[in-house]
Amino acid sequence: MKNLKLFPLVGGFAENKDKARDIRVQEIIPVLEKGQNLILDFEKVDSITQSFAHALLSDLIRNYGIDVLDRISFANCNETVSKIIEIVVDYMQ
Amino acid sequence: MKVHLPNSAFLGNINAFLKVIDTSDPEVLEITSNEKWISVHPVVLCMVASLGLEVRSKNSNSSIKCERFTATSKHYFERMGLFSFLQLDSEIEIVEHESAGRFIPLTQIKNSTDLSKFIEDMIPLLHLDQKNTQPIKYIISELVRNVLEHSGSKNGAIVSAQYYSKSNTIRIGIVDAGVGISQTIRKSHVAKTDLDAIQLALTPGITGTTSKEGGTDYNAGAGLFFTKSIAKINRDFFIIYSGNTLYKLLREKDKNEVLLFSDPLEDKHTKDDGLPYWSGTVVGIDIDLTKTEEFTTLLDTIRGIYTKSVRERKKAKYKKPKFI
Repeated sequence: MKNLKLFPLVGGFAENKDKARDIRVQEIIPVLEKGQNLILDFEKVDSITQSFAHALLSDLIRNYGIDVLDRISFANCNETVSKIIEIVVDYMQ
Repeated sequence: MKVHLPNSAFLGNINAFLKVIDTSDPEVLEITSNEKWISVHPVVLCMVASLGLEVRSKNSNSSIKCERFTATSKHYFERMGLFSFLQLDSEIEIVEHESAGRFIPLTQIKNSTDLSKFIEDMIPLLHLDQKNTQPIKYIISELVRNVLEHSGSKNGAIVSAQYYSKSNTIRIGIVDAGVGISQTIRKSHVAKTDLDAIQLALTPGITGTTSKEGGTDYNAGAGLFFTKSIAKINRDFFIIYSGNTLYKLLREKDKNEVLLFSDPLEDKHTKDDGLPYWSGTVVGIDIDLTKTEEFTTLLDTIRGIYTKSVRERKKAKYKKPKFI
């Protein structure tokens, strides 16, 4: 299982959708394509925007189906980060 | 073009300021102002700066004529960077030991990297605690990204904000001189009027980039809905002006329970569709820090209505096979 630390890539306020898309395409999809599971580690990330979470996750859910969430875990999320991820996962189902 | 900075122009009474903007000659900008006192929302400054940038970028014959400011409050405009934006010498001197205040001067943001740096730099200027910075960072990020992605404005977004200690309120303006909401929304939806387009743009899950519910991999159609919702839950003003139309979310009374609606026309609002044409989009918002809910509480409330709205529209579009 790969542990992907997001803070070095996006900083404390994760709002850059271009970075979210790059992470999805360059980091997440290759792991899923290899059949491996993944931890998205939000340690030190204070907040994210819905746009960031959408650019990171929506296409994965659309392309792999909602069961992709069995293969991706979210670690060290504070309350704000958790709630925004939940919003995106909610409306994508 | 002509613009007059009045004695007072905040979100509650901004209509009077907007009504007298003259956008007829795009090569000349004439700025006049109240002689005694001028007190305006940052969104007004952003609009004037945006018009100035448009004129400056036309050609060498274009010009900006600014009547000399005589109002006692003229220093404010110097400190907010209006004259340097317009490349004018205000002849106003700022005393060095004067308090820096709590404001974000007029800033032009033209790309994603500028935006990330701006958000990082702006928060210390406002001297706010974590609870209050979260919605401000959120709103500015989402709205400026809208400008960068959808407006087609070569001058990007003009942003400014000011903290008002008396009302304990942050007022934010974000303005562009791009294609406007109607043109963006009409790429994927039917919108006969500017109000139709604004209504769609404020509806959760609707974006100009696709007619599909829930948006694309890159656009969810949520930024404006989230922003309006943050204003509504906090019982604050929010305006959006594009084309000939102004939509203004009115403040909820303290005694009323706040309900979120997916249709912005169900919110307590006013609309004015007979205003001078603004080529682009103007967004203004107030955040009363006394009333500000915890950001996570805001998210809980928004989550419920957002998800319900997107699901209902998906369900409405669901088609059954036709057996004959």
